[in-house]
Amino acid sequence: MSRTRRQIYEDKLRRRSLLIAGASSLAVFAAVIILVPLAPGWEKVAKSFFNWSVFQRTFPGLIEAFLQNIMIFAWSAPMIAILGLIIALMRDVRSPVLFPLRIFGAAYTDIFRGLPVILTVYLIGFGIPGLGLPRPWNSPYIWGTVALVLTYSAYVAEIFRGGIDSVHTSQRAAAQSLGLSERDTMRYVILPQAIRRVIPAQMNMLIALQKDVALLSFIGPVEIFRQAGVFKSLMANFTPYVGAAMIFLAVTIPATRYADYLMSRQAKERS
Amino acid sequence: MKLSLRGVVKEFGSNRVCDGISLDVAEGQMVCLIGASGGGKSTLLRCINLLEPIEDGEIFLDGEDISVPGLDPAPVRRRIGMVFQSYNLFPHMTAEENAMLAPRRVRGMSSEALRPEITALFERFGLADRMGHYPDQLSGGQQQRVAIVRALAMRPEVMLFDEITSALDPQLVGEVLDVLRLLKDDGMTMVLATHEMNFAREAADKVCFLANGKIIEEGSPSQIFGAPEQPETKAFLARALK
Repeated sequence: MSRTRRQIYEDKLRRRSLLIAGASSLAVFAAVIILVPLAPGWEKVAKSFFNWSVFQRTFPGLIEAFLQNIMIFAWSAPMIAILGLIIALMRDVRSPVLFPLRIFGAAYTDIFRGLPVILTVYLIGFGIPGLGLPRPWNSPYIWGTVALVLTYSAYVAEIFRGGIDSVHTSQRAAAQSLGLSERDTMRYVILPQAIRRVIPAQMNMLIALQKDVALLSFIGPVEIFRQAGVFKSLMANFTPYVGAAMIFLAVTIPATRYADYLMSRQAKERS
Repeated sequence: MKLSLRGVVKEFGSNRVCDGISLDVAEGQMVCLIGASGGGKSTLLRCINLLEPIEDGEIFLDGEDISVPGLDPAPVRRRIGMVFQSYNLFPHMTAEENAMLAPRRVRGMSSEALRPEITALFERFGLADRMGHYPDQLSGGQQQRVAIVRALAMRPEVMLFDEITSALDPQLVGEVLDVLRLLKDDGMTMVLATHEMNFAREAADKVCFLANGKIIEEGSPSQIFGAPEQPETKAFLARALK
């Protein structure tokens, strides 16, 4: 089949824009490669940030420390999901007996979303072990993680609540018209739809959490950021930080792309 | 009377949507509510199903006042099925799961025990091969029939239909109206808000014309469609049957 006039025209356009995009990217790339080393401090920066032998010697240690991040992440993420859901449901209760729960839910999200994460980590991570609890309950490792769980579950709760509110009232009406109780309506009709809708947004919270685990380095646990700091002091070189950055990016970039993909797929489904 | 309304008043803010509506529905009767949109038909149905609390008046089901403020609505709703204009199927469940959820939870039966009964309902309404489908895999007419099956699965004593064909393509309306004819033959007590004048004329036992929250005129289909007395009814029918 011969190509139509329109296809020929569009092919021409496509070839031209590819060419222009390639040329402009090449120009910018070349400018960076040529111009940055011309900066007066480049020699020093290259030596202290991009030192290959330091990189080789510290990278395995960084990977090992990163396992600590993964551990902290792995046990805090499910706790955040559960606590976040509980807080979200608390804010939705209507019975007057449970009114205190509602207030608690609102205060909880206000407080922990209102504080900088690092401040919560300091206050809880240093404050509670200071009570003189017996081992292992005096560990900043535990309480630092608790601080992350508290902060993140406040955000996660708000996302769940947004998801619950986004389920149209006609779904509630349909469930109730069948004689389902409030509880069953929430559990079988509203929540399954709400949770499905907020999965991409919650993925983004997981990615943020993954990075914020590094904040625990300030109160003790030797995770990757702290390990990089130790190597830096040991070798008087900043390359370990670059190595740590690379490890973070290797995890977060694919995860972010996946969350974006989920989100765009959902947008397509809904249109 | 199976269902009786006495002076039902419903307000949204200062807007009086139902303005003292009284209506009797006998066992096995099909009553059609007609009238322009915004006349109060849908709101009246929602009030009967206790989805909207009423400001004043009483609603009786089998002589029992179900409009007492503070009454637990769930047991009443189990006896009154409702089908909505926009189907409102649960999108995350198959047709069969949609129909089974309420009987399982409310009647406390297992899926296995329910299956013969539910399958029979699907078969009866020509949906046997659609039980495993999700709502978005079904046509509008099929979705609406599944919604009817879902309501029937609770074995209601009264069914309310809120403009259930208004969102459908014209060629799908017939299959849904056929379901209503079947239910009428079964002796189901039904109240419909509808714009299908020909259906109301042919199938209803009683037709009520509503405007501005009031029943302006009620009577047999031949009375309302053949010899309407009120000027508003005449004007509405002249427009609707044009």
